[in-house]
Amino acid sequence: MSERPAYLLEYLLRIADTSLVLAQRLGEWIGHAPAIEEDLGFANTALDLLGQARLLLAYAAEVEGRGRSADDLAFLREESAYRNATLAELPNGDFGDTIVRQFLIDAYQLALYERLTDSSDLRLAEIAAKAVNETRYHVRYSSGWVVRLGDGTDESHDRVQASLERFWPYVQELFEADDIDRAALADGTAPPAQDLCDAWSRRVDAVLAEATLLRPAASPFRWYGKHGRHSEHLGHLLANLQYLQRTHPGATW
Amino acid sequence: MSQARDWPLYEVFIRARGGLDHKHVGSVHAADARMAIEHARDLYTRRQEGVSIWVARSTDILASDPAESAALFDPARDKIYRHPTFYDIPKEVETL
Amino acid sequence: MYTQGLIEPGARPAGPEAVPEDAERLQRFEQRIDAEEKIEPKDWMPEAYRQTLIRQISQHAHSEIVGMLPEGNWITRAPTLLRKSILIAKVQDEAGHGAYLYGAAETLGVARAELIEQLLSGAAKYSSIFNYPTLSWADIGAIGWLVDGAAIMNQIPLCRCSYGPYARAMIRICREESFHQRQGYDITLALARGTPAQRRMAQDALNRWWWPSLMMFGPPDAASMHTALSVRWKIKRFTNDELRQKFVDFTVPQARFLDLQVPDPDLRWDAQAGCHHFGEIDWREFQDVLKGNGPCNRERMLARRTAHEAGGWVREAALAHAAKRRRTPVAA
Repeated sequence: MSERPAYLLEYLLRIADTSLVLAQRLGEWIGHAPAIEEDLGFANTALDLLGQARLLLAYAAEVEGRGRSADDLAFLREESAYRNATLAELPNGDFGDTIVRQFLIDAYQLALYERLTDSSDLRLAEIAAKAVNETRYHVRYSSGWVVRLGDGTDESHDRVQASLERFWPYVQELFEADDIDRAALADGTAPPAQDLCDAWSRRVDAVLAEATLLRPAASPFRWYGKHGRHSEHLGHLLANLQYLQRTHPGATW
Repeated sequence: MSQARDWPLYEVFIRARGGLDHKHVGSVHAADARMAIEHARDLYTRRQEGVSIWVARSTDILASDPAESAALFDPARDKIYRHPTFYDIPKEVETL
Repeated sequence: MYTQGLIEPGARPAGPEAVPEDAERLQRFEQRIDAEEKIEPKDWMPEAYRQTLIRQISQHAHSEIVGMLPEGNWITRAPTLLRKSILIAKVQDEAGHGAYLYGAAETLGVARAELIEQLLSGAAKYSSIFNYPTLSWADIGAIGWLVDGAAIMNQIPLCRCSYGPYARAMIRICREESFHQRQGYDITLALARGTPAQRRMAQDALNRWWWPSLMMFGPPDAASMHTALSVRWKIKRFTNDELRQKFVDFTVPQARFLDLQVPDPDLRWDAQAGCHHFGEIDWREFQDVLKGNGPCNRERMLARRTAHEAGGWVREAALAHAAKRRRTPVAA
């Protein structure tokens, strides 16, 4: 087997875990959405994200080279080993909170997957090509709701402006390049973080403008989910996610 | 509990595959047309049942009145000369 | 089935003689029914036919929506990524079935908002089965295998119901439902072949879900006084007992294959009758659950009411936004 670059496992887990954790959050909504059609909508996004997580975690497991499976990685790591962006693990809140969180991540994933289709890592490029269509639909869905809620009633406007203020501090983490990102960029695997940030900003600004929402000021707070230092929320999410596999070690389902 | 308003009703038409007509498959509730397309997509095309979606407000659909069915559709019944099978062409004439 | 409480013993029938109708139109209507013609939304129909269908279809829709809750309970804890995906897809289908059915009911002249109001106020009923809790992952298997299995038994004949929109909705639903039963049996099979703890989990789930599944088919024929009109008008095509017997005969061999015990000491093969004889159902439990005293009735209603009320501002915002756009269209 050919040498795997040192950065690759970390890089894959960041993308995979963000999709996994976000899917887990959306799963909590099913049966409780404001309308049957939105139960269907959240389920659709969750299924796509889980599909991405499965493909990416399977690849990550191969890269890791310890004989683990995608499920092993999904269900049996400790909190500090998960590499999702902190934004993904935050609690659902109300429908507006979930939509704002979703849109911010959807716009990020679209910028990322679009550029990853040109990755020098052919396996990653292939996964990204499939994810691009899914994510285009996610952006369509979530941005549509951001606009409806932002430019709906006074109540909906105030609520989602507050949601935006609440989640904005977590956005910076998505675009902060570190050694992993720089190594991936140098290798041709990943796009420059600044390109992602610019594309994301353009899309987000356009939607916020149409939604009559104000872009919050940048926040000084730093978050490190991508490095395995999470908020208090991830532990509880994982306790749910991992319960059966932890209780019945080695069982087949 | 207040009697809240439904989102408007839209009728949904799906083209299953290229070359086929759009077929009526049911309805969706949606606040606007863009949402109606998304709801129709999520409700009616999960199993690759469609390549194209039309939605129309249910109130925009005009329908023939079943009470008039006899006047609308019975008169066509006796015009059997519209069908090729009405005509007895001799077997020797091959290309007709 | 999903409409077991629809016609209570002792209720007055809403037959043709109860409301003055055009006798000639009724006769032509019944001739169409006898000729297996489909009745469509704008066709003339007796008021009793319309009302019976609205109640039956909407109760079926309510059952699908409430049915999302016991299974939704295990989405976050599904044991593998694939099982999680399958379960989400299944519950998504149930939301979809609810949408198809509310749509079919609406063709009869009732608004979805009104039907939802009936469910949330407690005026409308939904299938008793969804008032039971899902206590383990094996319950998810049992629900797919038994509850969806029972539903399929009832739903296939409904595909030939006389009312067009309902029949067409049922055809869509049946196509999707067969995956539901298979994934449930697949879950149970994996457990039955698994560790001792998994086998115990599967047996325990079968013990708890078997009898409620039999109750899904409704009261015994002898106690169901007013199905006659539903059968006459081809809304109901088989009796409760017929369908229940068929379900038992299909399912017992499936349990045997899994080496799991059906929790019925009286269950035996009746060679003379060519079917399984099964034990007495506890109809008091059934009536209790229908009255609102099952394990989860209050929780299920609270969950649906909360979702509906919490979502009010969202639905209103969407309407407000659409109204704004109509007044001031935004350039494309």
